Amino acid sequence: MMTDSRSIEEVAVIGNTDISSTESENNLINTMVERGTTLLRKMEMNVTEAEKRTGKNTVNMQETYTVYLIETQPAETLPEGGTAATPDTLWRRYSEFELLRTYLLVTYPYIIIPPLPEKRAEFVWHKMSADNLDPDFVERRRVGLENFLLRVASHPVLSHDKIFFLFLTEEKEWREVVLETGFQDKFDSRLKSLSAMFRVKNPDKRFTALKLYSDELNSLISQLLRVRVKVADRLYGVYKVHGNYGRVFSEWSAIEKEMGDGLQSAGHHMDTYAASIDDILEEEEHYADQLKEYLFYTDAVRSVCRKHELMQYELEMVAQDLVQKKQQKEELATGTVRVFSLKGMTSKLFGQESQEQRESRLAALQQSIREGEETLKEKNTECQEFVRTAWEDIERFKEQKDRDLREALISYAIMQISMCKKGIQVWSNAKECFNKM
Amino acid sequence: MSWVHCERFESEMSGQTVPADFSGHMLDLDEDDDLEVFSKNTSLADGSPMPNSPSSMVNQYRLEEEEQQQDADAQDIFITVDNPESHVTAIETFVMYRVATKTTRGEFDSSEYEVRRRYQDFLWLRSKLEENHPTLIVHPLPEKFVMKGMVERFNHDFIDTRRKALHRFLNKISVHPILSNSQHFKVFLTAQELLSHKKQGPGFLSRMGETVRAVANSVRGLRSRPEEFTVMQDYVEDFSTKICSVDKVTQRIIKEQREYFDELKLYSPTYAQWAESEEELAAPLNGVASCVERCSKESEEQIQHLSEVLVPALHEYVLCTETLKAVMRRRDNIQAEFEAKNEALASRRAHQEALQDEVDGLADRVALSNNALKGDWSRWQNGMRSDLKSAFLATAEKNVDYYEQCLAVWESFLLSQRVEPGEQRDGEGAS
Repeated sequence: MMTDSRSIEEVAVIGNTDISSTESENNLINTMVERGTTLLRKMEMNVTEAEKRTGKNTVNMQETYTVYLIETQPAETLPEGGTAATPDTLWRRYSEFELLRTYLLVTYPYIIIPPLPEKRAEFVWHKMSADNLDPDFVERRRVGLENFLLRVASHPVLSHDKIFFLFLTEEKEWREVVLETGFQDKFDSRLKSLSAMFRVKNPDKRFTALKLYSDELNSLISQLLRVRVKVADRLYGVYKVHGNYGRVFSEWSAIEKEMGDGLQSAGHHMDTYAASIDDILEEEEHYADQLKEYLFYTDAVRSVCRKHELMQYELEMVAQDLVQKKQQKEELATGTVRVFSLKGMTSKLFGQESQEQRESRLAALQQSIREGEETLKEKNTECQEFVRTAWEDIERFKEQKDRDLREALISYAIMQISMCKKGIQVWSNAKECFNKM
Repeated sequence: MSWVHCERFESEMSGQTVPADFSGHMLDLDEDDDLEVFSKNTSLADGSPMPNSPSSMVNQYRLEEEEQQQDADAQDIFITVDNPESHVTAIETFVMYRVATKTTRGEFDSSEYEVRRRYQDFLWLRSKLEENHPTLIVHPLPEKFVMKGMVERFNHDFIDTRRKALHRFLNKISVHPILSNSQHFKVFLTAQELLSHKKQGPGFLSRMGETVRAVANSVRGLRSRPEEFTVMQDYVEDFSTKICSVDKVTQRIIKEQREYFDELKLYSPTYAQWAESEEELAAPLNGVASCVERCSKESEEQIQHLSEVLVPALHEYVLCTETLKAVMRRRDNIQAEFEAKNEALASRRAHQEALQDEVDGLADRVALSNNALKGDWSRWQNGMRSDLKSAFLATAEKNVDYYEQCLAVWESFLLSQRVEPGEQRDGEGAS
């Protein structure tokens, strides 16, 4: 019998088997979305717009924030000759996305939850704005939020979640519904336990290796992003200085006769060259965003590893506790003291207890041991289930990561190629102009 | 004569007695390189024949237009400056350069010459040329001191830069229709020992006297400068600022590119380091690392090209502007001197005949100088246009080449990635 203690509540709710009142509704959703497919197959979703709003916040102060428009529609083929159905829309702000994600983190601790785009602009090269209200930042955040939704919607487990479905479809009531799940309590205790220090006696080697890899990936990608920013800054400088050629050539051409035309037109190309860096670096931001997503993913991976550690630790504690109780029982039954216990000491000091007392204590211990064995079995099963489902997701994640990052590197190469082609064009044009000097 | 074909310094260095670092010996004990000297004499001090009338001078200067039509093949003298060697004496250390000449010109006794010259000797030659042809535009020499931005870590770069500039200087003189016939030029190229020749000519004191007189005349001011020379003067002022700006911008570009290159050096290893933690991703990561590295090598070459081709070309024309200003001043002074004497003639009745001769001589000199300058002016402008055009062209070509190389690098990476079997994407990896 599972006791309703915090530590057990805190253990993963696996799949849709929680014993809450919303289970029936869950089943309803499950029949809507076919088991085995993801929500994305049934529903298209986009984050299409961003808008500024002002309103009063929780402490009754005026604030400006951005809301994002989520559009959804059934992913069916259009009927012959018919017009496209207008999509359903609702507005969400970033903090609501955060709420959704926290809910998912708590509800599916064995899943690597997709990350949100960064809260504040980091790894910024000097020309880029670090301001949250800056249109470029907002735009990139819009793309990131859409990406987050698509990731969740295409996840074999997460896409079936009812709260997620309501997030996409129910603008006003959603907040109440999600708070009703009581996940926030779970969140607080989870936060506490995950930051606690404990040592596992028999760590799972796979999880240890994964945590190590995840930490390393985090530092590697951070370093890469830092260096990239410096390179971008320098490249910006190189291109922009060429703009000075444009100005000087133009002035110089005014005092020359034969050279004038060639210089003047060469100068125009120098201006073009200098201006081209803005688009080039803007594009590169997308690449940086792709890397950042996986940087943030490492935090999610780390959480899963830590969660497993915690489960393992608790399992070990329960097992240890059981062993102790069994030993106590043995001592009590045989009258020998093998292990020091306070009760044993006090009974020695303050006299033997009666046979009756002994037998009742024995019975209580027996009961405790039986319960303990049940608990151990359950915890074992939970742990195994956690490990099974977690590794399923980890394998899926690894494949996704390899695919996505490879695509990102390829797109980076494509960007470099485009930059080179532009360079060839501009300097070939300039060469033609110099030829006319 | 284009300077893109200079030999590299390294090939000359083997087996020579040149210390690795000259930094302690860099300041030559050069004589005062004030080049503002000119002679009152209307005969050429080096003894070469002097045309008698201004009109015949005009004819001589018209020759330069015909010169332009001639092919490079018709060039009958080839000069190289190479082989710098350090010489240490009790009082100083300096560098001697080998000056090798091959020529078919009749006035040379032999067809090949090899002499050793130091920077001071070049200064002497130039000052002689300017002395004898005050209103001709004599190509500048490299500067005496270390030029900021051109000298990197090793001072042998400085020697090499200077050597190339000295090479260009002699070649510019050799294609000048007037200057290449100078006796001093011939002596410079052929005499084994230059010192005895240096002692000839107007002494220091008489040159001082000329300078004082020149300053006095310029203070008096010019009555009226012919329009065309005013136009020239204005152009020189404008050109001076423009060419300095272009030079500065170019220096700045090199600085930015060097900083970019330095950051790139740190970029490639981060990809390689990441590759070590990956399995599937190792290949593309290493691919990108290798691409970045190869591109950074190309970048390094591009910077070097800029430093070796465009920067020296621009710098020489920055120095030219000083020459041009000096030439304009000298022309003005010649005119001023004539005007002064002419005024004296008008006011005095006595000694009229002698004074008249003097004034006539000065009038001839004015005409001579003006024509010399006019002729040389268009020659200089064409030379400037040609030199800078080829420098800019070479730079643009190098930049195209740089981007083409980088393009090839990234395209081959792409190719290597496409060859691998494409992954099935079923919306799971939405990004």
